[in-house]
Amino acid sequence: MKLDELTKGVFKQNPIFYLVLGLCPTLAVSTRVDNALGMSLGVFFVLVCSNVIISLFKHRIPPQVRIPCFIVIIASFVTIVDLFMHGYAPELHERLGIYLPLIVVNCIILGRAEAFASKKSVFDSFLDAVGMSIGFMLAIVGIALCRETLSSGKIAIFDYTIVPTFTQSPSVMMTLPPGAFLTIAVIMAMIKYKAIRKEGR
Amino acid sequence: MPELIVSPSPHIRSDVSIEKIMYSVIIALIPTTACGIYFFGVHVLYVIITCILSALFTEYVALRLMGRKFVMDGSAVITGLLLALCLPPGLPLWMAAIGAAFAIAFAKCAFGGLGHNIFNPALIGRAFLTASWPVAMTTWTKPLTYDAITTATPLGLWKMQNIATPYINLALGNVSGCIGETSALAILIGGVFLIAKRYIDWRTPVSYIGTVAVLAFALGQDPLFHILAGSLFLGAFFMATDYVTTPITRNGRIIFGVGAGVIVVVIRLIGGYPEGVCFSILLMNAFTPLIDRHVRPRVYGVKRKRFFVSSANEGD
Repeated sequence: MKLDELTKGVFKQNPIFYLVLGLCPTLAVSTRVDNALGMSLGVFFVLVCSNVIISLFKHRIPPQVRIPCFIVIIASFVTIVDLFMHGYAPELHERLGIYLPLIVVNCIILGRAEAFASKKSVFDSFLDAVGMSIGFMLAIVGIALCRETLSSGKIAIFDYTIVPTFTQSPSVMMTLPPGAFLTIAVIMAMIKYKAIRKEGR
Repeated sequence: MPELIVSPSPHIRSDVSIEKIMYSVIIALIPTTACGIYFFGVHVLYVIITCILSALFTEYVALRLMGRKFVMDGSAVITGLLLALCLPPGLPLWMAAIGAAFAIAFAKCAFGGLGHNIFNPALIGRAFLTASWPVAMTTWTKPLTYDAITTATPLGLWKMQNIATPYINLALGNVSGCIGETSALAILIGGVFLIAKRYIDWRTPVSYIGTVAVLAFALGQDPLFHILAGSLFLGAFFMATDYVTTPITRNGRIIFGVGAGVIVVVIRLIGGYPEGVCFSILLMNAFTPLIDRHVRPRVYGVKRKRFFVSSANEGD
């Protein structure tokens, strides 16, 4: 029963492919696998902390001003992540650039705060946040793997080459926003196709 | 004994079918294709065959995945052929194959197949290839050398170095450029054939090419050069007249042509690219539903709508 709250974010309610939330950071940083991993770690920390805090204070926050309160809580954790990365991973911080502070307006985090954490118990909110973060991480890393492979002509994670260069002229478009849209569309179509086939049987 | 057949209308059917129109378009493209092969060598033939086969194969797979029957209606052949004609002659074959597959899978079948696509599939394929491999897509081989000697297109020469190309070369096709765009005369033959068969409407190409000429002249450019150079003829006769992605009303077609013509001139004179036919048609494709909505012809027997009706007169 409790496990449902964890797994639903990974599969049944995957934030990117089913809820279609948080597409902005997905489009922006899924050009490289290491960028995508860095981003999803940041989102993991912010989502878990903000969900737990908001769930703790859900009876104290007046409903009329709940959104500003959520934003203040989320922004505090984003600032922590931003400063932490600036201090310990300056290179990653540089590459993620403006998209790191922009985690504040990531729809997944505000969406989970509004739809889940402000109504459910602390432990459920924690599980929900962990599940959603894992779902987000799987999706964005998967997209980044497709895009980096097609746009660099080789598969490499953190400088470790897994498959050496297979083409000398990789597609430039996959590094551009259209490449991200296409990748998301294809993966989403495959998931929907499978779901339809399953229902039909 | 004669039978009495009772059936709902229509009782008289024309013998025009999708297959017939599609194969007529292919016949109309033969002069252009032949010119391309003559000027740029046998590699062009491989590019064309690759595009057509890739388009057919992709359509077959996509329709099977969608659970539909594959019909050999010639539309995929047209898409492959038109895409090949607006590719550079020296393009690697695998890129051409990917372009044709992308055109069919994403621009046509993802929207629901023939008749449902918003954008011209061949031009989407070209736009995809341009965005993916910009260097390969702007490497132009010199005509009649059958070699890897590269040179700029007439529009490129005009834009970068202000060199004009003689009209006779532009008309016959003895210039560098995409496979099917160089010979204005060959395209004209095919276009006039289709207009004479009444398969395409003369309004689109005439308003399209006319707008480019008038606007180029008004802005102090050589109108004849701007008409003949680049892929304007190919676009005007074979892509701006696509049944699916362009307006169905007569006035709508004129609006489509004028709009596309304005975009071409703006891109050529102000934009970063030397040529803008591909983008102009794609942009106007996006406006097609809007145009069709606003230029509906008057229904027979219904009073013409007046534009300025005061509220006092509305009652009577």
